[in-house]
Parts: sequence; structure tokens; C-alpha cells
Amino acid sequence: MTIIQFVLVASALFSIGLYGVITRKNAVLVLASVELMLAAVNLNLVSFDTYLADQLHAGQMMSLFIIALAAAEVGIGIAIILMIYRNLHTADVDELNEMKG
Amino acid sequence: MMTVSLADWFSETANWAFLIIALPTLFAGWRAVSSNNIVRAVLYLVVALAGTAALFFMLGAPFVGWTVVLVYIGAVIVLFLIGIMITRAPLGDTTDLSHPIKVRIPVALLSFVLFGVIAYAAIDSFSNTMLEPFEPTSTRDLANLLFSRWVIPFEVVSFVLLAALIGGITLARRDDTGGKR
Repeated sequence: MTIIQFVLVASALFSIGLYGVITRKNAVLVLASVELMLAAVNLNLVSFDTYLADQLHAGQMMSLFIIALAAAEVGIGIAIILMIYRNLHTADVDELNEMKG
Repeated sequence: MMTVSLADWFSETANWAFLIIALPTLFAGWRAVSSNNIVRAVLYLVVALAGTAALFFMLGAPFVGWTVVLVYIGAVIVLFLIGIMITRAPLGDTTDLSHPIKVRIPVALLSFVLFGVIAYAAIDSFSNTMLEPFEPTSTRDLANLLFSRWVIPFEVVSFVLLAALIGGITLARRDDTGGKR
């Protein structure tokens, strides 16, 4: 196995996630695309952890922390989307333009 | 550092396993951002995340792999499905989930350029360097490190989770007594 194959998969997943974040209109799916980007970052961290044979396992630790933070982020994100839906009756990010100058 | 030719790469069994995992992962990731059915998009996300978990096992990080399975596939996906349910998103096929094609094509080009830049930099730096043989990281080692060298980040993450818990309750609670409305 080579290091490059994992890095290429991670970068492809990251680009796909970026595409999703920009093109999706539904707020839940924007969050899902962010999750895809975070998964790509985790893959990158773990592959370089293995590549460097790190004694402190900094890559694996950092990916564990990212997983915990992503779970918190999704919880807060869904709560915010729920509140937006309650007040404005939409989950479409294009219609949330009340602050447009 | 050992290097490898393309023919040698295909002769290694682990690389076929890698391809069998990686190609469906990328396909599922693509469908997760392009599907016109919102429930299917989230379920394709499950496949993509399971694929990354399998790649973690290949990289000798079984604890991170199981954490992805438990936290992402077990909890986060359920949150997404509940989010879809409470916002009454259209459950069938609909074209209303993504921007029109004249927005999607430039964004696809942008994403492809980003991928090209990262891939060029990675290939330029690592080309075909082999991974040294490695043992899977044991959970015991990870736990010892987590509670010695990494204990302060661990406490910070605990505090962030507490703040997220309180914030989530405060945001989602329907405030019937006083306040606005």
C-alpha cells in the first residue's frame, strides 16, 4: 500500500463535499456535505499518522476530537435549522435573505 | 523509502481490497451530494462514511473506525433523518434540493480544480512512497495516550460537548412562557 492512494481518496471526498456545500439548497443536506468534508479530513489525518508511525498517535487523536466536535456541530446545526423552520417555515438556505442589504 | 511501480501495485492483494472499498465510497459520496431524493442522499452518506471507516481499519486504526461507525452511522445519521422529518422536506424525487445546472457546472469545475491542486501537490511530494509495515494501534495504547499526553484537549472537548448540550436544549426548546411570542 502507498500513502498517495489514501490521500487521493481523501482529497476527492473533500472536493465532493465542497461541491455539495455550495450547490445544495436544503440546510440539512448542506450539513451532510460538511460531514463528508470532515470525514475526508479524518482520513487524511489517520493516513499520515500511519505513514509517520507517530508514537503519540497525533493523527488518530485529532480525528477522534474532530468526530466529537462534528457530533456537537450537527446537534447544534439541527437545533438551529429546527428554530429557523419554526419561525420562517422553510429549510431552504436561499430564502434566508433577511439580512441582505 | 521504498517505491513501487504500477504493475507491482496491482499485484498486491491489499490494494484490490482498497479499490473495492474506495470506489464505492467515492460513488456514494458523489450520490450523497447529487441525489434528487433527500432520504437517499442521507443514506448514501451512510455508505460513504462506512467506506471511510473501512479505510481506517485498513490503515491500522480500528478504534477510530469503530468510533466513526458508532458516532456517525449510529447517532449523526439519525439526527439528519429527524432533521428531515421535522422540517417536512419533500420525501420523493424533487429538483428543489440543489441549485440549477448553471450554478452546478462552475462549482463542479471549482471542486475539480481544488482536487487537481491537492492531487498534484500530494503526487509531487509523495509520488509512490510505500507505507512501512505497521501493526494496528491497540485501544490500550490510545487510552494511555489520551489520558496522559492528550488530556487537556480531551477536557476541552468535554467542555465543548457540555456547551453544545446546553445550547441545543436552549435553542430547540419551545418557549411558551414570556419572551418573544
